[in-house]
Amino acid sequence: MKDELYNTTKQYFVSVATTLLVAAICFIFRDYLSYKITGYILLIAVSLLAVFIGLKSLLVAALLSALVLNFFFIEPYYTFHIYSTEDALLLLMFFIVAMINGALNYKIRKARQAAQLMEAKWNTMRLYDTLLDSLSHELRTPIATIMGAIGIMQDKVNPLSESDKSRLLAEMDKASHRLNHQVENLLNMSRLESGHIKPKLDWCDLEELFYKVIDSLAEELAQHEVIVTKREYMPLFKLDYGLMEQILYNLLYNAAQYSPAGTKIELGLIYKPDVAFEPSEGIPYSCMVTVEDNGNGFPEVDITKAFDKFYRVDNSKTGGTGLGLSIVKGLTEAQSGKVNLENKDSGGARFILQFAAEVMELKDISNE
Amino acid sequence: MNNPSILVIDDESQIRKLLEISLNAAGYKTYFGASAKEGLVMAAGHGPELILLDLGLPDDDGQNVLLQLREWYQNPIIIVSVKNSEAEIVKALDNGANDFLTKPFRTQELLARIRTALRIAGAYQSDPIITFGNISVDLNARLVRKDGELLKLTSTEYQLFAVLLKNEGKALTHQYILTEVWGNGYAEQTQYLRVFIAQLRKKIEADPNRPRYILTESGVGYRFITA
Repeated sequence: MKDELYNTTKQYFVSVATTLLVAAICFIFRDYLSYKITGYILLIAVSLLAVFIGLKSLLVAALLSALVLNFFFIEPYYTFHIYSTEDALLLLMFFIVAMINGALNYKIRKARQAAQLMEAKWNTMRLYDTLLDSLSHELRTPIATIMGAIGIMQDKVNPLSESDKSRLLAEMDKASHRLNHQVENLLNMSRLESGHIKPKLDWCDLEELFYKVIDSLAEELAQHEVIVTKREYMPLFKLDYGLMEQILYNLLYNAAQYSPAGTKIELGLIYKPDVAFEPSEGIPYSCMVTVEDNGNGFPEVDITKAFDKFYRVDNSKTGGTGLGLSIVKGLTEAQSGKVNLENKDSGGARFILQFAAEVMELKDISNE
Repeated sequence: MNNPSILVIDDESQIRKLLEISLNAAGYKTYFGASAKEGLVMAAGHGPELILLDLGLPDDDGQNVLLQLREWYQNPIIIVSVKNSEAEIVKALDNGANDFLTKPFRTQELLARIRTALRIAGAYQSDPIITFGNISVDLNARLVRKDGELLKLTSTEYQLFAVLLKNEGKALTHQYILTEVWGNGYAEQTQYLRVFIAQLRKKIEADPNRPRYILTESGVGYRFITA
C-alpha cells in the first residue's frame, strides 16, 4: 500500500471499507468473541488506518467503528441503546483512544513528510551549488580567456609580436569552442527535461557517422589515437542521426578530456542479427556501439552515478559541468536505447550503447 | 562583376556589424535589413547578387520572407539559422534557399559558402567536361575518370553523381535527391541514398571515411563541393 493516499474520496472509501470488513469478520465470530475483544480488534484496525489516511477520514472510521460496535456487538443487538454505564464508558473510551491514536500517527506522518521535504530542498540546493560552481567555472574560464586576449590585443602601448598575436587568437578560438560546447549541452539538457526531444528515426550509416564525429573533434583528439572496429559490411540502422551524433560527440569529447595524452580511444560497432545482447521483454538490442578509453576508469563506488545530472568524479582535473553523460543517457533513452558504463580489466572506461533498432542489410538494395 | 553586393537580413546589430566588417574586407558591397520588412524593401531596391537571410526575424517568419523573395529574386539565398532546427532548414531549402549555415559559424566558412554560391550563379556551364581534384566527368559521354582511369559507375551511381554535380555547392535535402534520382515514390526511401552515397564515396573520394567532395549535412541531406 502506498504511504499516503492523496485522493480524499479514496481515503474515505478505504476507511469505511476497512472498518466494515473487519466488523463483518468479527460479526461471523460474534458468538465466540466478547464485544470487548471485538472493540480491541476494531481499535487495531483504526490505528492501522491512521498510518495511511488523513485525519478526517480517520474520524469517519473511528465514528463508524464505534457505531458498528454499539449496534452489532453490544447488547441489545441492532439498537443504539446501551444498558450498562460500563459499556457506555467503554464505547466513549474506544472512540477517544481511536482518535488520539489517529491524531498522533497523523502528526508523526506530517513531521516525516516535512523532514523529507527539507532533505529534498537541501539536495536541490546542493545540486544548484554544484551546478553554479561548475557552470561558472566552465563558462567563465573561456570568457576570461577571450576578454583577456582582447585586452592585450587592444593595448597600443605594448604592441604584440605577430606570433604572440596568432597564439592569442588560437586561444580565443579554443575558448569560444569550449563555450559553444557547454551552451550546447545546457540547451540539450533543458530540451530533454522539457520533453522537447522527439527522435526522428531514419536509416543511419553509423560508420559514416563515427568518422564524421571523429573529424569534428580533430583538435580535441589530436593527442589520442582513435581506432574504429567493426566488421566490413555494416547494415543501416533506423536511429536519429542528429541525436547519435551528439551522443558520440559527448562520449568522445569526454574520452579525449579525461584520458591521458598518447592513449588509444576505441570505437566499436557490433551487430549480430540473431543475437540480442541483452534480451529483455522480447526486445532485441541487436545494435551495440562501444566507446572505450584507456584512462583511469571511474571510481567503482561512483559507477552507478556517472549518468546522474551534475555528477563529476571527485578531484577530476579538467573542468566540466557534469552534464555530458546525463545528456548521453537522455538522448539514448529517447531512441529506446540503453547505455551502460563499466571499467575494463585493463583499466579505462567502456561505454556500451544498445539499441533495438530496425536493421537494413545493404546487400538487399545495393544490386538494384 | 567586380564588387558583388550582398544583402544581410538579420535583426542582431552585433552580427550585422561583424558581417559588415568581414564582408567589406573580403571586397563585397553590403546592404542591411534589420527586419523582414526592411529586408524585402532593400532586396527590391538594390537587387543584390546574394542574400544572407536569418530565419529568426522579429516581425515575420523568415520562411515567409524567403517565399516572397523567391517570387521574383533569382540570385542565391543563404539561410542563417540556429542549430538543432533541421526541420526548419529542410523547409527553407524546399522553399528555395541555396544553402544554410548554423549559428555560431566561422567567418571563413561563411565567405567560402558565399564564394561558391556566387561562382556557380555566375558560371554558365557550356563545357561538358567537369574537372576537380583528380576526377574528371564527361557529361556528354557519361564517363567518369579518376587519375585518367575510367571509373566503373552503375547507372544509379552515375545518376546520383550527376544530380550532385548539377547542384554543386548547394545543400540538397534527402527528399530532393531521392526524387531526382529514383523518382517521386522514393522521397522517403533514405536507405537507398545512404547505400549509394557510401558506394559513390568509395569510388570517388581518396578516403571515403573523410570525404572531401560529398559532405553529409546531419539531419538535412548532402552537399557536393569541388573546392
